[in-house]
Amino acid sequence: MKHLLLGDEAIAQGALDAGLSGVYAYPGTPSTEITEYIQHQQSRRQPDEPVVFCRWATNEKTAMEAALGMSYMGRRALVCMKHVGMNVCADAFMNSAITGVNGGLIVVAADDPSMHSSQNEQDSRFYGRFAMIPIFEPSSQQEAYDMMAVAFNMSERLHTPVLMRVTTRMAHSRAVVLTTDTPQQQNPMSLPENVKHFILLPAYAKRNYAELVDAQPVFLSESNCSPYNSYTLGANPKKAIVACGIAWNYLHENLTPDMGFSLLKVSQYPLPEQLIHQMVNDGAEEVLVMEEGQPVVEELMRGLVPSSIAVRGRLTGELPRMGELSPDSVRLALGLEPTKTLTLDTQEVLAPRPPALCMGCGHRDMYAALNEVAREYPSPRIFGDIGCYTLGALSPFHALHATVEMGASVTMAKGAADAGQFPSIAVIGDSTFTHSGITGLLDCVNSKANIVVLISDNLTTGMTGGQDSAGTGRLEQICIGVGVEPEHVRVVVPLPKNMEEIKSVLREEIEYCGVSVVIARRECIQTLKRHLKAAKK
Amino acid sequence: MKKDIILAGVGGQGILSIATVIGEAVLHEGLYLKQAEVHGMSQRGGDVQSNLRISSEPVHSDLIPHGSADLIISLEPMEALRYVGYLKPDGWIVSSSLPFVNIPDYPPIEKILATIESHPNHVLLDVEALAKQAGAPAQASNMVLLGAAVPMLGIKLQKIEDGVRVIFSRKGDDIVSKNLAALLAGYNASISNCNS
Repeated sequence: MKHLLLGDEAIAQGALDAGLSGVYAYPGTPSTEITEYIQHQQSRRQPDEPVVFCRWATNEKTAMEAALGMSYMGRRALVCMKHVGMNVCADAFMNSAITGVNGGLIVVAADDPSMHSSQNEQDSRFYGRFAMIPIFEPSSQQEAYDMMAVAFNMSERLHTPVLMRVTTRMAHSRAVVLTTDTPQQQNPMSLPENVKHFILLPAYAKRNYAELVDAQPVFLSESNCSPYNSYTLGANPKKAIVACGIAWNYLHENLTPDMGFSLLKVSQYPLPEQLIHQMVNDGAEEVLVMEEGQPVVEELMRGLVPSSIAVRGRLTGELPRMGELSPDSVRLALGLEPTKTLTLDTQEVLAPRPPALCMGCGHRDMYAALNEVAREYPSPRIFGDIGCYTLGALSPFHALHATVEMGASVTMAKGAADAGQFPSIAVIGDSTFTHSGITGLLDCVNSKANIVVLISDNLTTGMTGGQDSAGTGRLEQICIGVGVEPEHVRVVVPLPKNMEEIKSVLREEIEYCGVSVVIARRECIQTLKRHLKAAKK
Repeated sequence: MKKDIILAGVGGQGILSIATVIGEAVLHEGLYLKQAEVHGMSQRGGDVQSNLRISSEPVHSDLIPHGSADLIISLEPMEALRYVGYLKPDGWIVSSSLPFVNIPDYPPIEKILATIESHPNHVLLDVEALAKQAGAPAQASNMVLLGAAVPMLGIKLQKIEDGVRVIFSRKGDDIVSKNLAALLAGYNASISNCNS
């Protein structure tokens, strides 16, 4: 069957057609649509079709661990996250390489070079190398689909988790994908052959790690023979180009037959050393490496080819050091002239249009009140977090003094308070709070930190499009359960008419010497619109 | 046949519906297609764009190179101008003439429109008025704009109409017919605009 699918959707359909039993994920751009696609398919499931577990996890670590549990029971599991989610699940991820797997286990990391919707552009291939496991990096939506079955089979055959790395333009670009008419059945439940493999006591872990080290040549020979890696000798083999993942497409956008370069396509790692040696033996004198993200392959290449061969790429300036590749940057790296474009003088008629909080959004009223109260103090510090409300750092609110990563608002506010800052305020969304804020709040309670945690609760995971939030309806109980005094867990409704009440609650809690939680609760207006529409029907 | 199209607008205006309809029309024509979308933070009222590439040959890059776009379809006039660097010297700008003002320093609209008009290959339409005249709600403005772009797309109007029928079928016959009326209104306005 032919379908028009996003890269993310191709991955999801590929997993479903490969007999997936469960997907575990926390929403994060550009990975969210993988899980959403599976949820959508499951919501239309016929009674005779298989059930696939697909409920959102609280964070990437719980997702990774649950997937490992599913794999332990012999069934195929998928974990999906954005690149920075890899940091959150790193403990479980790294150790899953040591335990190995029973049912196939694929971890999808969707990197965001150019930081379209992220705070850094870390390259998840480092994590794959760090864990010493095979990595797939599709160059097309069709490959993304096809690779899922291949990667699940490999995962089971070699007892290893497999990392699938995509970037924004693969995740969020649509193309026609041919899917199978004969999807695979799900695995029946089965226990691991050797349960000790999953008990990482030092004595067992040492044995497992030795096995992982021994498996490296096997992973390498898989790469050398992979249909996703290829080497083609050019008419002018002195110049060779290595293109990884979607860089292959940018290369072909600009390539003409007369150029005569030798070409190495890389979509599976470890790097196919045999193909690289062939490229060297064919007389390569200069190797241009095109890769999305950080210069991982460019650095490795220097160790794999003789020092007489010039390795070029992002580190040597042929390609930009930062940001995603484009057909234009690759064109320049090939030494071609820029294409002629329409020239219109747009200087006076073009203004930037940065993203902003929606009109009528509760975060707006929350910030309006918070800013007024904060102004009553000589040096307030407000620590923000990751979500729509991060936009409170921009005009018109300019409300935030820091935003780092999921959950850091609570613990940075605590550290600042420990250092003597007053007032020290954290602003965090409901979903981010359950993702990574609760443990920090426990630290605050234990040391009676003098902070106010303002949970801006819109009852959803807003920034990624309104997915379920793990703690909806239970935030007060969670805070009280962690040890915040019930009289200092306050709830307000962020609406303009409640401005005076919100301000006085904030004042009281700032003045209270200890841990306060103020929950500003009003449904996200985007999900509200959707809910009202659904109710009409 | 090869068409590179930039769809532009402000987050929430509905540029992706335009892409979806074209995609549906193309899927059954045996053509190759790639369409890069913007999701995530930038969707919150910021500038958004989608790169749509259609070709009878396989499409390599998901992104349109500079100087390669045949057409900019924009639901907002200033946003149309953001991407002129991607347009071929003789490419077309098909845009709504209605400004979407959600920033404090929005440039004077007359100047924006005059800049678009300085390029001969342009179609500027009050898509909301045309939607209303066609008996369709303002939400169907994006279909008016799509209709206006059909003469430059290299795809027959009838195929695009089939796409509209498929994409809106879930919403009922009334919505389908209103969107078809909006599409036709844009098409006719564009044809008479180009001939004048």
